[in-house]
Amino acid sequence: MAVKSFRQALNEAIRIEMQRDPNVIVFGEDVCGGTGGTGEQDAWGGAFGVTKGLLSEFGSDRIMDTPITESAFVGAAVGAAMTGMRPVTEIMFVDFLGVCFDQIFNQAAKVRYMFGGKATVPMVLRASYGAGASSASQHSQALYPLFTHIPGLKVVVPSNPYDAKGLLISAIRDDDPVIFLEHKMLYDIAGEVPDEAYTVPFGEIGIVREGDDVTLISIGKMVGVCQEAAKSLSSMGIEAAILDLRTTSPLDEDTILEFAEETGRIVIVDEAYPRCGIAADISSIIAEKGFSSLKAPIRKITPKHTPVPYAPSLEKAFLPDTERVVKAVVEIVGDSL
Amino acid sequence: MQLSREELLTAYQIMKTIRVFEDRVNSEMATGDIPGAVHLYAGQEASAAGICMLLDNRDQIASTHRGHGHCIAKGCDVPQMMAEIFGKENGLCLGKGGSMHIADLEKGMMGANGIVGGGPPMICGAALSAKLKNTKGVAVAFAGDGAFNQGTTQESLNLASIWKLPVIFAIEDNGFAEATSSEYASAGDIVNRSQAYNIPSEKVDGLNFFDVYSAAQTAINRARNGDGPSLLHIKTERYYGHFSGDADTYRSAEEKKIMRQDKDCLKIFRSKVLGSSLLEESQLNAIDQKVFKLVDHAVDFARGGNEPNPADLTRDVYLKYQD
Repeated sequence: MAVKSFRQALNEAIRIEMQRDPNVIVFGEDVCGGTGGTGEQDAWGGAFGVTKGLLSEFGSDRIMDTPITESAFVGAAVGAAMTGMRPVTEIMFVDFLGVCFDQIFNQAAKVRYMFGGKATVPMVLRASYGAGASSASQHSQALYPLFTHIPGLKVVVPSNPYDAKGLLISAIRDDDPVIFLEHKMLYDIAGEVPDEAYTVPFGEIGIVREGDDVTLISIGKMVGVCQEAAKSLSSMGIEAAILDLRTTSPLDEDTILEFAEETGRIVIVDEAYPRCGIAADISSIIAEKGFSSLKAPIRKITPKHTPVPYAPSLEKAFLPDTERVVKAVVEIVGDSL
Repeated sequence: MQLSREELLTAYQIMKTIRVFEDRVNSEMATGDIPGAVHLYAGQEASAAGICMLLDNRDQIASTHRGHGHCIAKGCDVPQMMAEIFGKENGLCLGKGGSMHIADLEKGMMGANGIVGGGPPMICGAALSAKLKNTKGVAVAFAGDGAFNQGTTQESLNLASIWKLPVIFAIEDNGFAEATSSEYASAGDIVNRSQAYNIPSEKVDGLNFFDVYSAAQTAINRARNGDGPSLLHIKTERYYGHFSGDADTYRSAEEKKIMRQDKDCLKIFRSKVLGSSLLEESQLNAIDQKVFKLVDHAVDFARGGNEPNPADLTRDVYLKYQD
């Protein structure tokens, strides 16, 4: 199987779907990245190069740069989706969605419900997220809990190139609005990715590692942190299972509860803010529905309740890391092994 | 502009239906049987009728919180609309949306909207669909003088202009954004501001159906021919307060009296068509009777409808709901 980057995997997913369905169109901030200039018309191919090359293959009716007016073009995606197109819209950084929340929260998410099922909104909104690049407070957040909170939206956060392609194809084929968040530090990671089209379903956790002693529940870039931690733990004689949520809405509660029962110890590792976050949500689900399975308190490894800082030393202090995960696991496993 | 007698009767019927519907919703509100708030369109009928008469089902409109008139003019079923406002299962949106979220996409009605300025971005998308699918359809964003100040509307003017989208921005200026006058809240002039985006724009007398119809015809033809967006600044009057139940004390009694006397688009229409002997009074009176009957029936239909089933609470959140 061919080894490809996360970025290439995403590009392939969009290309395959554009080839398959003429209603799939792409627009957003610098998705061509050069329209109207004197040079290359798709110089950027998206802020992170994901849509590079699509302009020459599909032409300017299928992929379009937009003004930096998130409300207008995200709203246009909603309207286009309601009237027969399947837009894949890109916003450079998830942080920028703050300027167009209305179109996402009140329009995209709700028109189907409010109209008694008379509308469908088959749109995908892609954006980068995450800390690690000294991008500071307005370009580094992991805001998927905000979208997960809203009924009517689906929320996807892939952790590896294989899933990135399969989940994005699922997202484009889905008839509900999907928020698709890509960690900016993952674009260059490589992995095996089949050339053909395939889907990874929503609401199905990826079981990254089996292990009997503890379950690490994770998402996006934090899955890699958990994999590192599991190696260290294994050398200490502790075997950790790792679950990759893949989608926060829908959420695969069944697998979470199954692993809570099997291992009895849960550590949730998440890059999002702690208050009202995914870790808190999963923790409450296990406390409510799987309490009797627990051999130890649930542990949540998240950043502090603080904006994302700029300086590398501070950003490192912000992000959950392998060391914190190992420490938490050792504390709850204790002498019981 | 040549309107047949048939078309004139249709125009009158649409406007009269809106007026009677809104007056009736207002009186039904007083019974306490309508659960939410309603924002009444009475006074602005010539705008919805003059524009929507020129549209067909491939053409989409986005409406506002004051949306009943646009819904009726775009062909939404009147009894089902009333049932929706009453929150009943036989409502157009199964009682899920209510007054501010009436929609019927088959009819090209993309929805009333609870958010001021929510519609224009979506209408750009509908216009983009029409352009890419080459349907020759157009998309109309109804918005008020308040919504014109929203960033969403200004962004949409820009996007529609650079993408040359078949959009008509129908800015219904009734002089008030909720309780705040546009005199106070709006800088400059709507037509000038729109022209700055290279959008052909004109001011229209919203009390005169024929003026609206004629301006809309030009704008719609422009859009259908692929020549991009237009804006109509439609000066109109809002008969009721911002919502039904608003004491409306920010307008003087004198102003409201004059408005009802001299600025009634239905009266003006009647006097024009009767004065020029285009129609006979008996024809208009016959329509009045028909409309009263229809609205009576709509209220009976709504009152006779079932309450939505609590089991349907989670229906249509997603295509398939996962508990």
